This record gives sequence, C-alpha cells and structure tokens, in this order.
Amino acid sequence: MADAAVLPATPAARRAPGRFWIVPPAALLALLFFYPLALIVQQAFLDDSGMANVAEFVRVLHARFFLNALINTITISVAATAGCLIVGLVLGLILAFVPFPGSGVIARLIDTFIALPTFLVTLAFTFIYGSAGMLNAGLMEVFSLQAPPVDFLYSTWGVVLAEVTVYSPFVLRPLLAAFSLVDRGQIEAASVLGARPFRIVRQVILPAAVPALIAGGSLCLLLTVNEFGIVLFIGAKGVITLPLLIYSKAIQESAYQVACIIAVINIALSLGLFGLYRFAAGRLGV
Amino acid sequence: MSVPAFTGSNVMDVDAAKIRGAGSNVHFDKVSVAYGAHVVLHPLTLDIAPGEILAMIGPSGSGKTTALRAVAGFVRPASGRIRIGATDVTDLPPYERGLGMVVQNYALFPHMRVEDNVAFGLRAQGADKALIGERVKDSLATVGMSGFSKRYPRELSGGQQQRVAIARALAVRPRVLLLDEPLSALDAQIRRNMVEEIAKLHRDLPGLTILYVTHDQTEALTLADKIAIMRDGRVSSHGPTTELYRRPPNRFTAEFLGRANLLPVTVAEGAAGPKGLAKAKLGDAVLAGAGRSEKPGDRTLLCIRPQHLSLTGDEEHTNRIVGTLKEVHWQGELTHLVLDVDGTPVRVSATRLPVSLPERGSAMPLFFTPGDTSLVPEDVRG
Ligand SMILES: Nc1ncnc2c1ncn2[C@@H]1O[C@H](COP(=O)(O)OP(=O)(O)O)[C@@H](O)[C@H]1O
Ligand SMILES: [Mg+2]
Repeated sequence: MADAAVLPATPAARRAPGRFWIVPPAALLALLFFYPLALIVQQAFLDDSGMANVAEFVRVLHARFFLNALINTITISVAATAGCLIVGLVLGLILAFVPFPGSGVIARLIDTFIALPTFLVTLAFTFIYGSAGMLNAGLMEVFSLQAPPVDFLYSTWGVVLAEVTVYSPFVLRPLLAAFSLVDRGQIEAASVLGARPFRIVRQVILPAAVPALIAGGSLCLLLTVNEFGIVLFIGAKGVITLPLLIYSKAIQESAYQVACIIAVINIALSLGLFGLYRFAAGRLGV
Repeated sequence: MSVPAFTGSNVMDVDAAKIRGAGSNVHFDKVSVAYGAHVVLHPLTLDIAPGEILAMIGPSGSGKTTALRAVAGFVRPASGRIRIGATDVTDLPPYERGLGMVVQNYALFPHMRVEDNVAFGLRAQGADKALIGERVKDSLATVGMSGFSKRYPRELSGGQQQRVAIARALAVRPRVLLLDEPLSALDAQIRRNMVEEIAKLHRDLPGLTILYVTHDQTEALTLADKIAIMRDGRVSSHGPTTELYRRPPNRFTAEFLGRANLLPVTVAEGAAGPKGLAKAKLGDAVLAGAGRSEKPGDRTLLCIRPQHLSLTGDEEHTNRIVGTLKEVHWQGELTHLVLDVDGTPVRVSATRLPVSLPERGSAMPLFFTPGDTSLVPEDVRG
C-alpha cells in the first residue's frame, strides 16, 4: 500500500511493498466481525440437532410475535425519522438563515447531544413526563386528580419522542453543513425576483439540502431500527421491537435459533439502510 | 403592501413596449448606512433618471455595493428614504420592489435548467404559463442564449452563465436593473464583448433604468450616461460621463476616470483669454485651459490626458511645456513616454513617434490644445 512509502525504507519494506499490512486489519475484522456474523447466519439455519433447517426460518417469518415486532420497529423508526427530519429542518433553517446572536453556541450545544448515552434522555423523560414525573405531579396537584393524566410516555409515542430528541442532531449536523454551502447570492437573487421566504426554502435551499436530508434521514432510520436502550428503558407494554425481541428470545427464552433468525433479518435491514446512507453521504461528499 | 407594477396580475399587462416607453427613476434621499458605529455610506442624495445607466464607480470598500444593496432591500438605511418611481420602497422587502439584480458570481440556481432559472421570477410572481414560455424565449434571445435553455448552469462557461443571469433578471421586466460588478469574474476578452452587449441591450430596452456598480473605468465610460464616483462612502463627483471625463471637478475624479496628468499651476492675471479660456502659469510657461471660477493667483491643477499630448506643435496645439524624457515603453499600438516636468511626472500616449526620439535625460517639448485641458481644484480632504 502506498502508505508504506512514508515509512523509512527498511529492507523488508523494499522487498514486499507493504502488501503484508492488509493482514492485521483483515484478521481483526474476521475475528471480531465476520466470524460472529457468520455464526449468527449459520445458527439461523441450523436446528437444535445441528441439521440444516429452513422451515424454522419460514415459520418465524410468519409468526405473530415477529410480525408485530417488525411492524413496531418500522413504525417507530419511520415516525422517529420523520420527526427528526422535521425538527432538524426547522432548527437548521433557523440556525443557518435567521441571524440571531448566539446561534453558533446553540448549534454546538445541540451537537454535544450526540455524545450523550441515549437512555439518559429517557431517564430525564421519566422524571418529566413519567407517571410520578414533574408534569403529572403538577397537574394532579393543580386539578386535584386521582390518576396521572399524561401517560403517553409508556407507549409507542413515548419511544418515538425520546428517539426524536436523541437523534435529531444526526439530521441537523449534515443539514447545517449543506446550508453553509448554499450561496447567499442565490437566496438574494430569488428574493429580488419576487420569491417569498417559503418559496425560497422550497425551491432554492431544500434542493441543495436533499443529499444531507437523505444522509441524515437514513442514518436516523438505521439508528432507530437498531435502538435498544430507549425501548428497553421506557418498557412500554406491548412495544416490542426487533432488537428487544432478539434479546428476549436469546436471554429470557434461550431460543437461540429464533433469536438468530430475527438477527439475520435485522442485520439485512441495517445493511440496506447503511447502503442508502453511504450513497447519500457520498453524494454529499462527507 | 404592494407595488403597483409588480403584482402578479400586472406582470402580465406590462409588455415590452410599455417598458420601453417608461422606466422608473431611482431616488436616494439622504440615505446613510452604518454597520454598528462604522458609517459606510454617508447621507447620499442621488437621482437616476428613467432609462438612464448610472455607473457607480470607485475603489474597493467605497460603499458602492452597499448603496446598490440598499436599493435592492438587503441593507437597511440608518436614515433617509429610497424611492423607485412614485413608490417609497425603504420599508418594502426585496420581493416587493420589482427589481432585477445581477451579481459578480452569477448566483444561478444550480439544480435548475437555464429555462427554469429564467422562469423563476415569473413563477414566483404567479404569471401564467403562456406568458412565462414567451418571456423565457424572449429573454434568452435577448442575451443570445436561445440554444441553451435545457442546459444546467454547470454546463455553461462563465460568460454564458452571466448572460443567463441577465436573462433571468430581464424576464420579470424589472423597473430597475441592478448590476454589481457583473463582468468582474470574466476574463478580459469576454468582458469587452459583454460590455458591448450590455450597451446593445440598453439600446433595445431604452426605458430600462440601470444602476451599474463597477471599479472598472472602461466599463463605466463605455456604458454609462452618468457616472457617480464614490470615495469613502461619499459621492466624490456625479455628472454626465463625457462631462466628468473632460472637465473633472476634482483630482480624485480626474485620476480615477482615465489617466490624467495633473500639473500644479498658478492662475495668471488677465483672467479669461480668448474663447473663455483661463491662463495659468507653470514656471515660465503660460498655458491656456478651460477654467471654472478661478481667480488670479489661485493655485490649482491643470489636467491633461496622456493621449492629448503631442510631440509636435501646430496652430492648434498652442500650449507648450518642456520636460525631461525619463522612460519609453513601446506597447505595439501605443508608445508610452514618461517625462519630468518641473518635478511632476507627465505621461504621454503616442500613436506615432517622430523618426528619431531624443536621448533619455534630454529635454523635449510637448504640445497640447487648450480645449483638451481643464483646471481642476486640488482635493480638500476631510
Ligand atoms: N455586512 C457588513 N458588515 C460590516 N461591514 C461591512 C459589511 N458589508 C460591507 N461592509 C463595509 O462597508 C464598506 C463598504 O463596502 P462595500 O459597499 O462592499 O464597498 P464596495 O462595493 O465599494 O467595494 C467596507 O468598508 C466594508 O468593509
Ligand atoms: Mg462591491
């Protein structure tokens, strides 16, 4: 590899021009990534007696618990991604195009959200919106209610809200990068030609941000499809997603083949979304 | 809040003939602009007549773009009013002002084809389909880009992109066209052609009022009916182009608009000579030049352009000065000589040289016509 040329030319390096260097990373990848992956795929198609068995795979695909989890996963991740796109877009437009003092600080603050563990937000949500949280306690106090009036948190929508909160910065970030590249002259030209702000956003700014939206959106889809911590933490009854199902099949029921079958589907879904993300990110040049 | 000539319905009745007949004037009424405590435009009062091309010219940072952007609505004046035609636009947003604007880097919409770029303004104003199609065709034809309507901006050269930008601005039939250094990004050859094409464009649309901001004196001299010379956020001089060139009202104008030799002279006794020319003394030489209202004894500058200095005298070229030849630069069409006249460097641009030129360092007479000169007061800098 070309990098070897930067090293002092040792005799070894001269004899074999760096070809050796592919071995350690490849070995590491194989050991830590491909091997376990292969094991999972293998397990998915072998029954307990070690015989190849596709029937089980087909059975799981048609099982109620799997289909419910798949629908839950897709609903939650599509809804959360849509939420992230809307929140990211609105915030991005404001931060990039409405000049106000401190917009840079806000942008960086939102950025640091990415550094926080996802379930932390869920924990905070429990304190605020939970049945014993601030909002409910306050409402019960003020209106002398017997039961907590707000209970959306322990539902699909609680999960979606938490995911939107956590993952919006993943849309905001590439959007701000794309917005910063939009020539202000184009916006001004559009304005002089008679376009009002809404039309400028639609016809001048958004087309320039499409790759960023696709990149951020597909990243959100990927992350929310695989989200485990938030769903587990909220623990809403009946809200089982694929990662949660894998967990419960493997750890609680010791049904390893079923867990692996679901995992294979989960992986295929993730890789597809990742491909979409790479494609969009490549067009954006990040 | 609506501007009569700019609402959706009106766009459709204002046809080319009407535009040709009546453009709008632009009036700056004591307009000042400041960024924080930094005043970049001192109260500016200026009128651009309907159908006039006003070139605003001056060094970088003198406030030209700021003045133009105040007309467009992107810069809020700290004080003063701006009127376009009968409308006070000071408080109107840019999209209600009915203007066209073209800037140095074209600012075309990269994801739209040429035809959609040109149609953008009409669509924004809600014009109907038939009209849009017709206007797009017309506007592209006007700038000679008819064959390129399906291209994307990135598939065009710089000069072609700028033509499209002009077509896009013209398609909405603007009341005023604002041009901010429109040719500065183009190379010299294309720039010369484009200057001529803009001149032609204005002959075709004589009612179109144009504010043309540039730092290039050739563009200004070629295109403008009137020129405003900006300096440090103020209008240093303003007047008809030829007038400003022939009789610059101050040193800054004389030097910024074309090249000028400025000889320090003292106004002589005897006031106006024949043809109302003033007499001025440079050392022992008595010279005649077009004066203003100088009094005998005043110290002033005699302005003479390099191409008006002749190496030979005749009955026309009655003014005579003697200098020491310092440098000779041959440039093909022209030869530039630099002489020293009483400590002032004097440039001569000669199309023809005498058979033999004197040695460098030797004395040499120069002749010029009194009518080609003018007396220019030294700048009083505030
Ligand atoms: N947005 C701005 N903020 C602060 N100062 C500015 C801004 N825009 C322009 N200026 C200042 O205003 C002055 C005039 O600028 P400008 O009108 O662009 O000059 P010109 O077009 O003649 O080169 C310059 O000193 C420039 O630094
Ligand atoms: Mg400028």
